[in-house]
Amino acid sequence: MNNMKMVLRCLVLLPLAVIGGCSESSTSSDSNTSSRPTLYYFTWSDYVDPEVVAKFEAARGVRVVVDSFSSNEELLAKVQTGMTGYDVVVPSDFMAGIMGRLGLLAELELERIPNVRDLESHLQELPFDPTNRFSIPYFWGTVGIGYNADVVTEPPTSWEALWDPQFSGRISMLNDEREVFGLALRALGYSLNSVDPQAIQQAKHKLIVQKPLVKAYTSDQFDQLLVAGEVVLAHAWGGPVARAMRERPSIRYVIPQEGGTIWTDCLAVLASSPNQALAMDFINYLLDEEVALLTSKRLLFASANRHVRDRLPANIRDNHAVYPPGDILPRMEWMEDVQDAIRYYDRAWTELKVQ
Amino acid sequence: MSSAFPVKLSLLSAGIFLGLFFLVPLLLIFGVSLASRGMYGGLAWIATSENYQRLLDPLVGTIFLRSFLFAGLTTMVCAAVGFPLAYCMARASRQWQLLLLILVMIPFWTNFLVRTYAWVLIFRADGILNTLLMRLGLLEEPLSMLFTDVSVFVGLVYGYLPFMVLPLVVAIERISPQLEEAAFDLYASMGAMFRHVLLPLSKPGFIAGGVLVFIPSLGAFITPYLLGGGQKMMLGTLIQQEFLVSRDWPFGSALSFGLMGTVLLLWFLLGRTSYGRDSS
Repeated sequence: MNNMKMVLRCLVLLPLAVIGGCSESSTSSDSNTSSRPTLYYFTWSDYVDPEVVAKFEAARGVRVVVDSFSSNEELLAKVQTGMTGYDVVVPSDFMAGIMGRLGLLAELELERIPNVRDLESHLQELPFDPTNRFSIPYFWGTVGIGYNADVVTEPPTSWEALWDPQFSGRISMLNDEREVFGLALRALGYSLNSVDPQAIQQAKHKLIVQKPLVKAYTSDQFDQLLVAGEVVLAHAWGGPVARAMRERPSIRYVIPQEGGTIWTDCLAVLASSPNQALAMDFINYLLDEEVALLTSKRLLFASANRHVRDRLPANIRDNHAVYPPGDILPRMEWMEDVQDAIRYYDRAWTELKVQ
Repeated sequence: MSSAFPVKLSLLSAGIFLGLFFLVPLLLIFGVSLASRGMYGGLAWIATSENYQRLLDPLVGTIFLRSFLFAGLTTMVCAAVGFPLAYCMARASRQWQLLLLILVMIPFWTNFLVRTYAWVLIFRADGILNTLLMRLGLLEEPLSMLFTDVSVFVGLVYGYLPFMVLPLVVAIERISPQLEEAAFDLYASMGAMFRHVLLPLSKPGFIAGGVLVFIPSLGAFITPYLLGGGQKMMLGTLIQQEFLVSRDWPFGSALSFGLMGTVLLLWFLLGRTSYGRDSS
């Protein structure tokens, strides 16, 4: 009955929330702000703590306008088609590499960003930008399995758990071709960046076998599906699983022994930005220990600042959905741009989705 | 004579508007569909027909077929459900008509995305429908309704029903109730009256409504995405994927043109058959 009430309330309140959300996003604060310098921050939809932004605005006497995207490709497409005007953007690892190579990112003046020295050791000298020429890691995390321990009583140890017929119709996969194929490739013992058409074919056949068990391919609903009990095993990004745990304590997160994707979203300045100095100042501010600590606590993402970890409450620090266990790190793999081989992935993904 | 100038002027402004915001973008998309895919989603201006050859791929054919099937079925159900409603609205008194019209229109005040998402809450295992059926004792365990073909189908019918109802109301209003009385006076049964009087006379409404429902449901993206769980690829999903995931704009553009071409062809064939019947 309660549930029903909640749903009804949602139905009634949703339109209001949308209207509220719209007026809120057109932000910000006081009137006659036109004279103040304005920084345009283009970031992931769940990456902003309003308090952090407001503090920066107050301290520097500037205005920060936040806009959000939901995939790396969307970010690239918008920046490429020239609809810029943004100053600071947050591409993920491989996309930071691509955007750097395409000349879309400004070279960072690291003396303006002293907080770069506090990076976690495993986030230094990354292959896509070893000298932080264009980008600096901001948050990082992993891809693993989120599961409901009330139903899945045996903690999964392998990706094969997602092929368990016992949980048919209660499994969700990310709706992301590289992640889904990456998982199957890892389960078959290949690199998740494989460019071998035969390996990709094998992965496709494995995934076709799995498809009847899959309730949904979704990248933005799996946390709610876990909370609602609609699915009990989810191929998932850690952050949303960590937040789902607050609503349903029986939810757990595990990275299978085969290892999987490790990712980091990086702060970068667009080459076309007219406010380069302010943009770099903003990046340094976001990487500051106190600021990063506050953001991590709110958003439940692991900060790239290595001092943050020890200062977080134990329940966040020891949560594997936020900070993966140290011994698994060597088995994690960065997703790389597969260049022309993306055609094999595209084709195989479409074939999987047509089944 | 005196009104000729303003008519020309307004035609000109409409022409400019359509040219700038419809024809030019369309030509741009056509240009892109003949280009080659750049490595990072950009375009390489090397002319090729490869993107159109790829449309002949059986894989793409399957997706076209599935989308046409869904859109056709949606249109038929919308017509079947919409007609009785439209009939009641057309024959109701003025006040009732206004009230019914408002009731049909109210959902449009809410964003389409939100309305579709509401169905997720209805269909979920712990959603309204399952809770209700279980409370009534009709179900022991929650039925899996979300992310099935049925949920996509219900979402499509729900979303596009008003587009069928409104043209039908207009069409039925034009039919004089005396014609119905005349049919009954001549001992027509309810079914015969419907078949021989109402149905033929409301055909313009069916055609206008059919087009308004069929075309958007053919390219629907949000509904299969939210209610289909990414399980079954549809045309809208495929085009979205080409643009935003695969970074293959030329193929995405070719797909859009293939879709448009198929719809125009169908429209042409439909137009010919209906004209043929009218003139004979």
